[in-house]
Amino acid sequence: MKMKLNKKLLFLFTTIFLSVALHAQDMNALVMKVKAKLEKVKDYTADGRMKTDVAFIKAPIGRVKVYFKSPDKFKLQRDGGISVLPKGGVSINIGSMIMQTGFVAIDAGMSTVGNTPVRIVKLLPEADAGEIILSTLYIDETNLLIRKSVTTTRENGTYEMELQYGKYASYGLPDKVLFSFNAKDYKLPKGITLEFDDTDKAVKDKMKGKKGRVEINYTAYTINTGLSDAIFK
Amino acid sequence: MQQIVKVSQLTKQFNNLTAVNQLSFSVESGDVYGFLGQNGAGKSTTIRMLLTLITPTSGEISIFGYDLNKHRKEILQQIGAVIEKPDVYKYLSAYENLKLFAKLSGVKPTNKLLMDQLEMVGLASRAHDTVKTFSQGMKQRLGIGIALVHNPQLIILDEPTNGLDPQGIADIRNLILILSREMKKTVIVSSHLLNEIEQIATRILIIDKGQKLVEGSSAELFNDQQTILQISVANNESAIQTIQSSNWANNLLPERDGQIMVGLNKEDIPNFNRMLAASGVDIYSLQARHSLEDYFLQVTAGKQHVGTFTN
Amino acid sequence: MWEHLQIELYKVFKRPRTYLSFAAITALIGVIQLGLLVDGKEYADFVMADFANSFSVDGKILNGYFICYVILQLLLVHVPLLIALIAADMISGEANMGTLRILLTKPQSRTSIVMAKFIASVIYTLLLLIWIAIMGLFLSMLIFGTDDLFLMKSSYVVIVKESDVFWRYAGAFCFAALAMVTVAALGFFLSFFAENSIGPIVATMSVIIVCTILSTMNIPLFNLIKPYLFTTHMITWKEFFDFKVNDANEAIIGSIQYPDKIIRSATVLAVHIVLFVGSAVWLFRKKDILS
Repeated sequence: MKMKLNKKLLFLFTTIFLSVALHAQDMNALVMKVKAKLEKVKDYTADGRMKTDVAFIKAPIGRVKVYFKSPDKFKLQRDGGISVLPKGGVSINIGSMIMQTGFVAIDAGMSTVGNTPVRIVKLLPEADAGEIILSTLYIDETNLLIRKSVTTTRENGTYEMELQYGKYASYGLPDKVLFSFNAKDYKLPKGITLEFDDTDKAVKDKMKGKKGRVEINYTAYTINTGLSDAIFK
Repeated sequence: MQQIVKVSQLTKQFNNLTAVNQLSFSVESGDVYGFLGQNGAGKSTTIRMLLTLITPTSGEISIFGYDLNKHRKEILQQIGAVIEKPDVYKYLSAYENLKLFAKLSGVKPTNKLLMDQLEMVGLASRAHDTVKTFSQGMKQRLGIGIALVHNPQLIILDEPTNGLDPQGIADIRNLILILSREMKKTVIVSSHLLNEIEQIATRILIIDKGQKLVEGSSAELFNDQQTILQISVANNESAIQTIQSSNWANNLLPERDGQIMVGLNKEDIPNFNRMLAASGVDIYSLQARHSLEDYFLQVTAGKQHVGTFTN
Repeated sequence: MWEHLQIELYKVFKRPRTYLSFAAITALIGVIQLGLLVDGKEYADFVMADFANSFSVDGKILNGYFICYVILQLLLVHVPLLIALIAADMISGEANMGTLRILLTKPQSRTSIVMAKFIASVIYTLLLLIWIAIMGLFLSMLIFGTDDLFLMKSSYVVIVKESDVFWRYAGAFCFAALAMVTVAALGFFLSFFAENSIGPIVATMSVIIVCTILSTMNIPLFNLIKPYLFTTHMITWKEFFDFKVNDANEAIIGSIQYPDKIIRSATVLAVHIVLFVGSAVWLFRKKDILS
């Protein structure tokens, strides 16, 4: 009798383990598929309009040029004007969402981004040394597109990226990227600004403790033109 | 004779001080009108009211037959004034100062006009030097040039000889004579240098504490028949007692420089002299004085607010 | 009055002290520009220290537009003294020199004389502002180039697009001119009460300093009178460098965040000018010239 029970338990654990392992292998496979799609793009140049949307920053929309070269060269260049970006650089590089090697992908269920059903996959690095501690991807399985990612970094906190796709969806290149971060409250002494008047309290309250966003709308991509490394220096 | 200036019941009150009190006088065309008074008598205040620098508390001023209040601009176009020490813009040259004030006087300042004017006051050779390099006398002359540049009919000079050396004073005196006799201007000159006024004034007004003491022509005021005796004696006290107990008690005037002063008609002098001698007064000297200064002292000492000796 | 105005302007520009003011402005601005040319990065880093903890700012912050803003902030505190040097001397200087009494015996109305003097001081003030614009804005643009204007207000940051900056400076300088004319009017008014220039000049600066303190301190009693003090409104030129954003937090190019503040401040300053000059005219017409 005892032996029968043990065998049943062993079978149960093995089934669970195998199915978890299989499932993990499924998530890994999904992530690799997405990676493979992204790797079709060796390099690209894109024109974009960038907006820094932080409650206590009033800024005009600026024109930017973005350069990417596989595997990890990325450059965001203003086309004139002054731009404000969260510290640590905005790695609005899709490739940065997915770690190159050494991660475990864990299924965290289903959700929706916009109206699109997505699978939530958590990526944990196997080694401790990297900048990324945890990356959560919201993957559109049907189109093999990352709709959203939440990345926790060692130095620069947690940021969120939401991607909207259009005509470059087949390359995994978004039309619009929304990069969200926590904006620390801002205050500067009046001794420096030489101001008398207090800003309206209602306006000040509106500016406290909100999330900041950087939004880039890409207007054109030029893909796989063989970019030189010199651009990224 | 046309009345150029007519002042009626002019009064100026500064808080508790009545600087000018119900003053009335008139200046006739062609007059050199001497305006006399001790320091603080109200001369400058009166002149400044004529020039609209000070607003009268009450009274009327009429110049050239027009009410000064109502026709200020037209009247001032015909007046040239030098007020005490004339100050001009030190950072400008004589020429530039004259040009500037000529424009303000309503005159088109041509180079010829300005240089002629500077020539007249003896500054043509220094026309383009800045005024800060000028002596007081030169500034005074420039002030007069400025006062005359628009060829005014009435010239008002308030203490024009202040700070001048004897030559400067003589120059001013000569200028006034030229203005009056040759250029037929009417001149009002205020001064406390009585001997200067005596030499040039045709009519005189003496004021004290803002009130008229006497006004009249020089001829009338300086009556040959009236004189002031200046007596030097051995014993002033006993001599004064003697005079006070005589018929001439009312003729006694305040002592001056330790000498006895008596105002007498000329024909009374011999009898007065005999009276003193008969009373045993030891006389060292007897001097007849006949000047504006003496008259001025006589009048202001006696504080006789005498009416106008009009002719 | 036109001829009288010409005479007053002639007198103002014949005096060496007038040119001292322009020289002082040139030196002041030159010093600021030199300092920022040499150590501008340190200054910008200092101002942005707190902000730079969370953000990285990319672009030419230290450009001509920014430099001009710094210059205006500093200079508009000191320029009132240079204006008072001329405006507060207008009547008292003449009285001191002894020329006032000659002036007033000329066939000109006292109102005309006073207004000509005031307008002359206004013209001087405007010329001084134009010189500040040339040295502070145009020269800075030449030396430092141009880019967007990055401004840190006490509660938020404003980045004005390069193409949207210049007209704002035109408006700011016009407003600054109005503010400085108010200072001129104050100095001019105080000039009536003295027969030397030092008194009114010192009095003008004292009034400005005291009123600035009242305008700055956040005390309930002072808050009652702040809206009526001209010093509170003198710095409203800064409102030209703030714009509205739409619901998507996008800058609305060509807009001003609080145009009503600008109008209100301009009105308060204009009322002060009318009061000061009106009082000066009224007093001058009654004044007995005793000096």
